[in-house]
This record gives sequence, structure tokens and C-alpha cells, in this order.
Amino acid sequence: MSRRISNGRIGANTVRFSFDGVQYEGREGDSLASALLANDRLLIGRSFKYHRPRGVLCLGSEEPNALVTIGTGGSQTPNTRATVQELYDGLSAVSQNRFPSLKFDLLSVNDRLSRFLTAGFYYKTFMWPRSFWESVYEPMIRRAAGLGRLSEVEDEAQYDKGFLHCDTLVIGGGVAGIEAALGAAAKGDQVILCEEFSRLGGAALFESAPLGPIDGLLAQLAKHENVRVMTRTTVQGAYDHGVYSAVTLNTDHLSQPSAKAPRQTLWRIYSNRAVLATGAHERMIAFDNNDRPGVMLCSAVRGYLNYYGVLAGDSCVVFGCHDDARKTVVDLQAAGAKVVWVDTRASHQAVEGVESFTSARVVNTRGRHRVTAVEIEQQGRRFWIKCEALAVSGGWNPRIQLTCHQGGRPVWSAAIGGFVPGDKLPPGMRVVGAAAGELLEENWEPAWDLSVNGAAFVDPQNDVTVKDIKLAHQEGYVSVEHLKRYTTLGMATDQGKNANALGIGVLSQHSGELIEAVGTTLFRPPYTPVAIGALAGRSRGKEFKPTRLTPSHEFATRRGAAFVTVGNWLRASYFPVAGETHWRESVDREALAVRQAVGVCDVTTLGKIDVQGRDAAEFLNRVYANGFLKLPVGKTRYGLMLREDGIVFDDGTAARLAENHFVVTTTTANAVSVYRHMEFVHQCLAPELDVHLISTTEAWAQFAVAGPKSRELVQRVVDMDISNEAFGFMACAETKLIDGTPARLFRISFSGELAYELAVPTRFGNSLMETLLDVGADLGAVPYGTEALGVLRIEKGHAAGNELDGRTTALNLGLGQMVAQTKDSIGRVLANRTELAQSSVRLVGFRSEQQILTGSWLIPIGASAEQANTLGWVSSACYSPNLGCYIAIGFIRDAHEYMDTQMRAVSLLDAKDVRVSVVSPHFVDPEGERLRV
Amino acid sequence: MLINHPLLGPRDAQEFVYKGDASLLRRPDSNAEDALERFTDYAYLRDNPAGEHRELWYHEQGDRSWLVVTRNTLTHEVLDVQLASEVGR
Repeated sequence: MSRRISNGRIGANTVRFSFDGVQYEGREGDSLASALLANDRLLIGRSFKYHRPRGVLCLGSEEPNALVTIGTGGSQTPNTRATVQELYDGLSAVSQNRFPSLKFDLLSVNDRLSRFLTAGFYYKTFMWPRSFWESVYEPMIRRAAGLGRLSEVEDEAQYDKGFLHCDTLVIGGGVAGIEAALGAAAKGDQVILCEEFSRLGGAALFESAPLGPIDGLLAQLAKHENVRVMTRTTVQGAYDHGVYSAVTLNTDHLSQPSAKAPRQTLWRIYSNRAVLATGAHERMIAFDNNDRPGVMLCSAVRGYLNYYGVLAGDSCVVFGCHDDARKTVVDLQAAGAKVVWVDTRASHQAVEGVESFTSARVVNTRGRHRVTAVEIEQQGRRFWIKCEALAVSGGWNPRIQLTCHQGGRPVWSAAIGGFVPGDKLPPGMRVVGAAAGELLEENWEPAWDLSVNGAAFVDPQNDVTVKDIKLAHQEGYVSVEHLKRYTTLGMATDQGKNANALGIGVLSQHSGELIEAVGTTLFRPPYTPVAIGALAGRSRGKEFKPTRLTPSHEFATRRGAAFVTVGNWLRASYFPVAGETHWRESVDREALAVRQAVGVCDVTTLGKIDVQGRDAAEFLNRVYANGFLKLPVGKTRYGLMLREDGIVFDDGTAARLAENHFVVTTTTANAVSVYRHMEFVHQCLAPELDVHLISTTEAWAQFAVAGPKSRELVQRVVDMDISNEAFGFMACAETKLIDGTPARLFRISFSGELAYELAVPTRFGNSLMETLLDVGADLGAVPYGTEALGVLRIEKGHAAGNELDGRTTALNLGLGQMVAQTKDSIGRVLANRTELAQSSVRLVGFRSEQQILTGSWLIPIGASAEQANTLGWVSSACYSPNLGCYIAIGFIRDAHEYMDTQMRAVSLLDAKDVRVSVVSPHFVDPEGERLRV
Repeated sequence: MLINHPLLGPRDAQEFVYKGDASLLRRPDSNAEDALERFTDYAYLRDNPAGEHRELWYHEQGDRSWLVVTRNTLTHEVLDVQLASEVGR
């Protein structure tokens, strides 16, 4: 039986844990795998497709079989490698992919059917009927073939991200890595040394040789303050310019992790140089039933014995094709096991007292839930030998994954029988030790497919057998890339660590091609599976993106406003008052109040850009399609901005506060891109201009005060004369409030009413909002939100984001005359090209007694509702409380022909077909008289 | 990827916004006889070479400099970085 025979190199303290509800004892320092083996618990999981019984194969993170689910609820982690999971008191693990239990799995019938479930089975079988794939076949297959499940409960633990810089990053804390770190540290480098295991030492920890030399190296390392050692940290990817990603498992080994400590940390490491010292791991040989629990790699059998003190069995067979297997023979014999050594080679250095078979091979194994005997073939003679464990080694695979992340292609080394890094490495990377193929020349002879029946597993996690590879080859999948995708060889969560080299060897053996010619598939990040939580870090839920609050947010919250998300902004959409039960009641009331009295709206979210310098006017003249050179100081002008291809980009206002000082506004949505564009025009196209830009969107709180009584209200708070004579339409000024607060005042209107926009430094915004509504109470002042703002601008036919949709020109918007032809501005030339200049599409208005939906297509009366018959589309729609009907604006072709006619606004998505009248888009005060009073 | 900013030193590419082919620096003369043709090329035609490429990057999460970066698109090697405002057009 598999049992603990010593403390090995771990602690002696007892730790209690459970597996599938059964209580066990392990030792401090155990992995879950070693603790289960110490309890003779060999059966740990069921395979992906055939549901075959599986146990532990490896020692480290390359483990393909022993995947379990750790914990419950929010912290439940499926697909955890038992070989990596450190034991802690109270650990609870359960097996996966079995029903109803691990020992009696109904779906193991798939194993009996394996004859039919070969490569491409799903593709070939579940083709028909087509509609069955999503509804029937896929859910069924997913239920049958699966890994662990998520609990679907949110993980409360923190995940974090961090950034590190170093001269030299050493990946792998074995002897080669420690020596590399010491060398770099001695030169004065800042060094980071990352090790996946919980302690440094690498492969040497798991060998029988004493650890004295390792301790010596560690003592030297401790003397260097410029070395940062990071254990439980796996380097996952190599990126451009010396950037590496790594994940540290901070608390997954703790019984009671602190709630404050991040569970995992994703690091971005910037390095000048990197040393890859990741060592090598062993691979399997393909023989029939090579996947039974109790069949392990030689290095794993040795490691569990030497490090964890666990002996795999009292009688063991060791099967190999190179000298390294001998170490396992020696260690097992020293531990008191009865050992039989099977070697494919003609001769080897015998071990006294061990029965050896040379020029021999293992061809099969027996045993239901664990191996009980192996069949050996020697010189045509076959016989069974009873055993409790079988240790196998088909050779070594250097861990070269990170050398491929920048396009490097591994090359085959016949000397070691493995793939080693090619010439092309990520810049700055050096590969040392076993990862480079050093120390691995051990008289290796090829041992790939030694099976008789082909039920020999090459990729144990994806259940890819020798038979599948042969079939794929017969069907013409000769490229190794095609083989991989057809059979799923190497596509499991171990990313081909176990399967790739063996599969390529098997393909080579059967195709007769040299391995060099077969080649290998490459590796991508991550090196081991990474939890989504680690990639997300703190960017979860509300923290996924920042929330920007308007200056009057506190006021709006207190008033019970309903909020709407606009990009990152949270804006008040309307302010319900007592008795209002439907949003339309509030919006109608607010829109009417603005037209009849006065309303106040927070418009801070509009982009604000300060433009200063001797050439500020010249600069704006180039950026805007209309002219700005002659704008007098103290005046504001509407500006239309085009893209270079002649399409409208954005609109807004530019106020000239001083000869060399403008304040530009943009739409909320384009605040960032307009600023970027203006910097582009300045730095890339006109660097000779003396102009400086800065975004002041968040520096100033700005409020629209709109309505016939707005002058009366604004006059009560600002310390200047704002009569029509002193401060006419489109005037602007730097001023102050009566309490001395600095302010900017603009007489501009989005609503079509007499209106002002008043700006104060952001920190005074909330109190200004309160003050305006306080002192305006007798005037009937109300706050209004984005909904009423939208109603008011649609009533005026003002274009906004829905109209400036990246397809419309100034001409389409009815603003064609704004594009000045006598100057050079962005977009002027291409706005004049025939295709755009001859467009008959124009912005028009629509009225109806029924609701018009935004996005409706306009169809002539009597025509069928299909694409070919569309005249245009509805871009914005609302109910107009001022007109008492539904209105909309949108675009139609040949607009002048359809004016004052009827057509239909059709939304097939909403099954709406509404008769509308085509009218001018200026529904309210078309002459603009109210603005100027 | 790192971009060696002429004023700020090496900065992560995540801080930048990519604009593409630096031919955008050579805006045609809008008064030229064949301005329409030249602007059509300017607005729509871009080089997309496999190898050395001059391109525009904007340090949006930094000092807002527009940079002209000469980069090998096959290896991501950055060969030269200049401020767009100082580069010869």
C-alpha cells in the first residue's frame, strides 16, 4: 500500500483534512496529493471523456489527472491540482466529473464505448439536425464531459495587482536559478527571484542527496539585500520589452486567511534581463492502460518518497528508457520496497538486489481502481508481475514554455530526447540548467508508443490515445497543428505539458517522419491556469470602471432624483416630486417649467477645454469648420467640428474670455476624443502655433439656467449687470457671485429659451445649485434632468449625439452654410466631395399622435416595411408637453419633397408602425426670438 | 510593450492611445490644384508594412504628447521615438 514511512523534509505536526467527505490526517508541509497518497488514497478523479479512474501522475503544476475542487461557497475553487494545493487544517476537497460517486461512476460506460468515441467523434456524429447542436447535443456533451463546477457564489476575497521593476528576473528557484540570482546580485543588479513552490531548492528538494549545498546557497542569497525572493509565485507570460506576468498565491495555503490579505496577486514585472531556470519535467510512455491510479512518473515517485516521506508501494515496478530511472530504483530499494526494473535499452548499470529486465517493455497494466499488476514483454515473451505502483519515465521535457511567448520555436535535441529552446528567445532572456537541456544527457533511447491495443493514453486529461493519433494521421491530419486541433492533444488545462512531446513522438513513430520534421506546436501564456479573479484584480462590480459624480450629486440625491449612467458619469435624469408616479409626469413638468418660468440643470459633464496663447483664435479657426478669427472678446460662438473625411465630429461653443483665451465646450460623449484631436492638430499639424490646451471639465461646475425668468434668477446671484443691453445674446464674461465666488457666465441656450450657463469652481457647485433653487423659489425655479434637457432640445431641433453619429455631414444637419470655404479647416476639402455635397438627406422633424420610437425606419405609406423602401431613420424622439403630441427628429432623403407629407415610422423590433407628419425640426420658436429678449 | 518617451523615459504602452501610420503628419495643402485627390489619399490610405513602421502614439494617460514611434511591427522593437511637434515633416 501507499503509506508514509518518514517525515521526509516536511513538518511532523498533524493536519486534518477531508476528501469527498472522508476525514484524513496529513502533515504540515504536505501537498493534498502527498497527503492522499500517504493515506493510500490513489483514486482521485475521473477522466474528462471516458470517465476512467485516475490518480496522481506528477509532483508539480503539470499534473493532468488529480484535479479537485477546494472549499465551498464563494471561495470554492474547481480544477485545483492536488499536487500544488498545500495542505492546511480543515481543508475540504471533493472530486470532480463523476456521478454519483467517484468509485461508482455511471458515465464510466463511456470507457466501454471508447471504440466509438474517437477523435472527431463529436464533429462527425452530432452534425444533424443542425438546430439540435445548441439545444440538445452541446448541453448533453458538456454535462458528460466536464471539469469542476463553479459555485456561482461571489468570491468575497480580494484579488490584487502589482507592478515590479528589476534588472534581472530569475524564473525558477532551483539550483540553477539561485546561482543565476547570486551572480546577478553580486554585480549589483536588483534581482527578483520567482519560485512556484513554497520554498527554494527546485528539483534537488525531491532527491535523496542531502540538502547541505542548497542551504549553503540560500545562506549566500540571504546576504544580498538586492534580491527579492517570491515563493508561491508562477511566472505566467513573457511579453514585449522584458515585461513578464506572474501570479502569487498569497493565502490559498492558509487555514484562516486574513480578510485583508489579497488571495492572489497578479504582478506585472518590468525587467532588463531574465533568466529562465525552470528545470524540466518527465513524460509518460504510451502503453495500454498507462493511466491507472498508481502509475506515476519516476520523478514523482522519488519526490513523494524523499520530500514527503511517502512510499508509493511496497512492491514497485520502475520502467524507463534512460539512466535517470535508476535513481528511482535506488531510492525505492533504500526505502525497503521490492523493486523490479524494466528498461527498453539493451543494457544498464545494474543495482544490486534489484531484478532487472533489459530490452524489455511494459505493455499493459491491470487493476480496477488502482494498478495491481503490469505485463512485461521481453524478447517476444510476455508475463505479468504483481505490484502496487508503477513508476514510468519516457524522458525529460525542459520547461521551455516562456521561450515561445515571443514567437520562439523549440528545436528537437536527440541527445536529451526532448525539445529545447531554439535560437530565438524573448529579447533579454537567457535559459540555464535543465530548461536549456543541460544535465539531461542520460543515454536516452526513444520510447513512444509501445502499446498493443492502442488504448494507451498520450494526453490523459483530454483522453487522447495512440489510436486517436493514428486515426488522425490516416485521415490526413499530418501537420502537428492540425493533429492538435482535431484530437485536442495538448489542449487540456495542462497545456500539453504532459502530452505534446509524447504525441509528437508517437506521430513521428507512425508517420516515419523525423521528429525534427514533425515539429512542435507553440505555447501561449499563461504557463498554468490563472483565476479570472486574479486577472480582474480590484476591477469588480462597481469598481470595474470609475463612477464620475456631478458637482450637484449630493443635491440631486437629497431631492430623490433618478439617475442615469452617461459614459462614466452618473447624471440626474429627472427629479420626481410628491404625487408623481410615472417618470413622464416629472419630465413633462420640468420641461414645461423651463418654457414657462425657469429651470436649472447641471451640465458639468460637457467637456471643457481651455485654449490659451497668442494663436488661440487661429488654432480654433483651423479646428472648427466655421470662422473664429473675428469673434470679439466677450462673445461666444457655436462651433462645428469636422473629421478630416468631412463627416461631423462634434459640436459645442467657444467663448472668448480674453484676446488670447478661449473656453471651448464639447459634447459629454466626445470630451476625451475632442481634446485628443485638438492636441493632434496642434502638435502634429500646427506645432508652429503658440497655443496651449488643458482640459478643465472637472475644474468647473457648470449649470444651465433656462427659461423666461432666468435673467431675474441669475441676476440675484451674480455681481454684474446682466440686462439685455449689458449682456446680450451669446455674451460671456469672467465675473463673480455676489458672495465673491469666482464665476464664468455665458449667455448660451440649448433649450431655445432665454438662458445662461453659470460656472463656478467645482467645489462650490453643489452650494450654487442649492442657492439658485432657494433664491428662485418665488420664480417657480425647478431642477431639471437629462430627460427634460432632451425634450427641450428635440423641441428646438438641436442635434446631439444621436444625430452626430459618425455618418452625418454638416449638409445633412442643415448646417452646410457653416462650413467656411475661404479658409483651411479640418475636413473642409473632403466635405466638398461630390458624394457628400450632393446628398439630399436632411434633418427634419416628425409629429404624431402616437409614440414614435428612436431607431424607427421611415417608410412611404402603402409600401412594405423593408430596407429597399426606407426613406430615412428617426434619430431622437420624445413626447412634447409644450406641443401636446409626440415629436421626433431624424433624417430622410429628398427631404424637401416630403416636407408636410405623411409617412410611417416603423420599428420591426418593437412591432410599431406609426403614421407621422414630416415637419420642420424647429418645433418651438423657429425664429429664435425667445433667446434674444 | 515599452515606449521610450523622449521627455519621460520608458513608459508602458498601456498609457498610450494608438493612432497609426505617421503619414498623417503630412497633411496636404488644401489650396492645391489636386487637393481633393490628395486629401482622399491622406484620409483613407495607410501604409501597413511588416517591418519598420513610423506611427503615431498619444500619451493620453501621461503628459499628452503625440509621439512618432518607429517600430518594427514583426518584433515590436522600438527603434526611435520623437515628439511629433519636433519631427521633420
